[in-house]
Amino acid sequence: MKHAGTLQGSLDLLALKILSRQPKLHGYAILTAIKVCSGDALNAEVGSLYPALHRMEKDGWIRAEWAEREDGRRMRFYQLTPAGRKQLAAEEARWHSVSSAINRLLREA
Amino acid sequence: MSLWQRVENVFRRERLIREIDEEFESHLEAAMAAGEDPREARRTFGPQLRLREQSHDQRVVAWLDALRADVVFGWRQLLKRKIATTAAILSLALAIGACTSVFRLIDALFLRPLPVAHAERLYALARQGPDDLGVLRIFDGFAHPNFTRLRAAAKGQAELVAASFIHRTDLTYATGNEMEKGYVQFLSGTAFPLFGLQPSLGRLFTAEDDGTPGAHPYAVLSYNYWSRRFANDPGVLGRSVHIGGKVFQIIGVGPVSFTGTEPGNITDIFLPASMNPDVVREDNRWLRALAIVQPGVSLEPLRARLDAVSLQFETERAKGFAGMSPHNIEMFLQRKLLLQPAAAGISRLQDDYRRPLVWLGVLVALVLLIACFNVANLMTAQAASRAREMALRVSIGAGRARLVQLVLVENAMLALFAAALGALFSSWAAPFVVSHINPPGNPARLLLPGDWRIFVFGALLTLVVTLLFGLSPALRASAIQPVTALRGGEEPHARQRSMYALIAAQVAFCFVVLFFAGLFVATFRHLSNQPLGFDAGNLLLLETYTPHGQSPQAWSQMAETLRTVPGVTDVAIAGWPLLSGGWAGSISVNAAPPTDTLGWFVTISPGWLGAMRMHLLAGRDFHASDSFPGQAIVNQTFVRTFFHGADPIGRTFEKVNPAGRRQLCQVIGVVPDAAYSNLHDPIRPVAYVPFRQLDEKGAINPPEGGTFLLRTVGLPPLSLSTTLRRLIAQTNPAYRVTNLQTEQELVDNQAIRERLLALLAMFFATIALLLAAIGLYGVLHYSVLRREREIGIRLSLGASLGSIARLVTARISKSVFAGAAAGITLGMASVRYVQTLLFGVKATAPEMLLAPALVLLIAALLAALPAVLRAARIDPTTMLRAE
Repeated sequence: MKHAGTLQGSLDLLALKILSRQPKLHGYAILTAIKVCSGDALNAEVGSLYPALHRMEKDGWIRAEWAEREDGRRMRFYQLTPAGRKQLAAEEARWHSVSSAINRLLREA
Repeated sequence: MSLWQRVENVFRRERLIREIDEEFESHLEAAMAAGEDPREARRTFGPQLRLREQSHDQRVVAWLDALRADVVFGWRQLLKRKIATTAAILSLALAIGACTSVFRLIDALFLRPLPVAHAERLYALARQGPDDLGVLRIFDGFAHPNFTRLRAAAKGQAELVAASFIHRTDLTYATGNEMEKGYVQFLSGTAFPLFGLQPSLGRLFTAEDDGTPGAHPYAVLSYNYWSRRFANDPGVLGRSVHIGGKVFQIIGVGPVSFTGTEPGNITDIFLPASMNPDVVREDNRWLRALAIVQPGVSLEPLRARLDAVSLQFETERAKGFAGMSPHNIEMFLQRKLLLQPAAAGISRLQDDYRRPLVWLGVLVALVLLIACFNVANLMTAQAASRAREMALRVSIGAGRARLVQLVLVENAMLALFAAALGALFSSWAAPFVVSHINPPGNPARLLLPGDWRIFVFGALLTLVVTLLFGLSPALRASAIQPVTALRGGEEPHARQRSMYALIAAQVAFCFVVLFFAGLFVATFRHLSNQPLGFDAGNLLLLETYTPHGQSPQAWSQMAETLRTVPGVTDVAIAGWPLLSGGWAGSISVNAAPPTDTLGWFVTISPGWLGAMRMHLLAGRDFHASDSFPGQAIVNQTFVRTFFHGADPIGRTFEKVNPAGRRQLCQVIGVVPDAAYSNLHDPIRPVAYVPFRQLDEKGAINPPEGGTFLLRTVGLPPLSLSTTLRRLIAQTNPAYRVTNLQTEQELVDNQAIRERLLALLAMFFATIALLLAAIGLYGVLHYSVLRREREIGIRLSLGASLGSIARLVTARISKSVFAGAAAGITLGMASVRYVQTLLFGVKATAPEMLLAPALVLLIAALLAALPAVLRAARIDPTTMLRAE
């Protein structure tokens, strides 16, 4: 089953946005949230999500910590840092300006 | 994620990988718990290994992680080739250690600033001019009255400090106690305040304690001495110490760091300059003048002003020089005042060892280069065997910089191990050398701290060494062409060329080291084989002192008593032993004006000539009734110089002292030339005069000091020490033995510097030769290995052994000859810089060049032999079958 996929370079934005709404999520939950929130329209690749998460962690946008779930299993939970919040704002602004530019182009060309 | 966390992650790779895997695992479980198909979930994950690597790289400091991997890999590589690694580390360690040792000596003697305030503005005053032999010399002694004038003249521009030459003297802490030796330095009272020094205990003397001559008998101990002699006992304050017939009260202990102003000597006791008995004398130059120049003062006007003051002082004095020839007075007044930077202090040791240490530095630097080239060749040969590994790394995408790093890391590890070992070596070697600088009874005392200066030098040296031997093999290994290497071929020509070039360089440097070593050894042998003119063997010297003087009869009685000791055959008395002092005066024959050439004197008792085994050429020995002035025995040079070779027996001459006093002597005997005070100098005109001396009124002077000479038979002279000391104390308690040594020691002391230099140069020459031979052997061995196939074919085609030997050694012998030629050129070009260190040796003499060349050739032949034998033993059938 093929999904619409994610737009090139927007995975960071999506993950940051999801984490800004819900403070503590593990990787699978982030993946599911992207899918659910987009009404099944967007689907992130597992193979891209984790490297992206780890890169953002290195850059200090998100923070990770191990925590136990109710069933006693350890999972790695991510949450936004103040730097991540700023980054999200910047990415959102960039997204809006790019998408409005594309919209204008589609209307007028 | 913080940088620190990522650094930490580098060193916990296993745990990091586990965590990454655990996260992926928990993801899969969550997916399955949400009802996804396990196979599908795993498939969407993609290649987990790549994912894990990506994540891992995000969570570590990448370059550090690479470095860690290289270190681990390099360590395994080093362990794999234990023998080569050990050889490389040992040879580098020796060379690094030697370099560090020489640096430590140079640093301690010349570079390290004195631990005083404003060391950088410290200058030493000295006067430069011709000596009595016309050689340009620097005279750094000043008389105190001259110093006072200079100090007044410099006011406002510089503060002058008087610091006497540190001298070893007899002292005791209670009368009647055994004498002990201590190093004493007189300082002007302003010295401690101007140097900004604080006492560790009590107080230091000040300008007020240095006014009236003889008025303030205070002593300050150095911290070093206080620790050694008194175990830091604070009760030492107020105690008295007897030095030179005076009693001094100890008022304080100096700071930990300050040990006087002469590197090479550690002062034990500081005394105020005004307490020196010669403080008012204008003719005794017993102190050095140090100037602390005010900031912003230009040196030349200051120097000119001080020069004028000094010249005026000496000119006034020279008016009274009735006993000096006009030419000598003119030479004396020609001396020009210098201001020499003295941040590191100033000492005789510096003058004596400046050049030797520089040349030692050159030698060890050459040895270091040889060691580096050697290891570079070793690495290059090994790079060949690693060509495939490197090619593999290139083909899976390793960049060139990455490969250079890989090899350099390995080399840096080698260098680090070598540096650590070298530091150990130098911690032993540097003090060892210092302990051999002066006579055994009075070794040089030089603090050799191992602080950041030494560490920085060692670190820089290690870095340079790594780059020297490591960079070119690293660059070459990284420049590999994967296609060629993986196919099994080689691109050997560049590598070969550089190996042979390095061999040539090693041979050249080795030749230079051997050449210098040869010169230094020849100098030492020449100096120690100098004809002395007397027999120094089995001659014991007992230096004694009697505080109030003893009559000549008492001296002869003591000599008689000493003669009764079994094993003693001759006993005689002299003012001082030959090769330990000097006493000179102008000579006048037939009441002529004083001569330019000085005559040198020594006082001796009857029988001294016999005890020294000096034979009379004419005339007679002294009688007990002879005296000075009165009779004299002269040497042949004296006859040549002052009597123009005519028979001198019965003729007279006068010894004229600077004040113009004339003492008439009649020549009663002639002896052959003998060494007088210094083996390096030409033979002087010497007059031996009676130990029994008369004053101006003709009364007998009771001598206060003298040396008994004892010739022993059948037993080592020093074995009598205890017996003789006891015997002297029993016979006449007025006599104190201040020193006991042999004449042979005095002779040996003459060549200590030369012996040390010869010894160290020989040591490094051996190392250089060994390293160069190992290098040759290594390259030949490698080239035979590489050409086994070719040699096998040639042998099977019937090549003779000779032609195989030629084939194997052809290229290397070219390198050796080219290297030797370069070495000869280098040696000849630099030889004039060592000339002042040589004695009686002509550096351009053919044998000085031939000997090292021969040694080098023999070493090269020996090094080539195993490779040639190996080549000859190649079995063509096995070789061809293997193909």
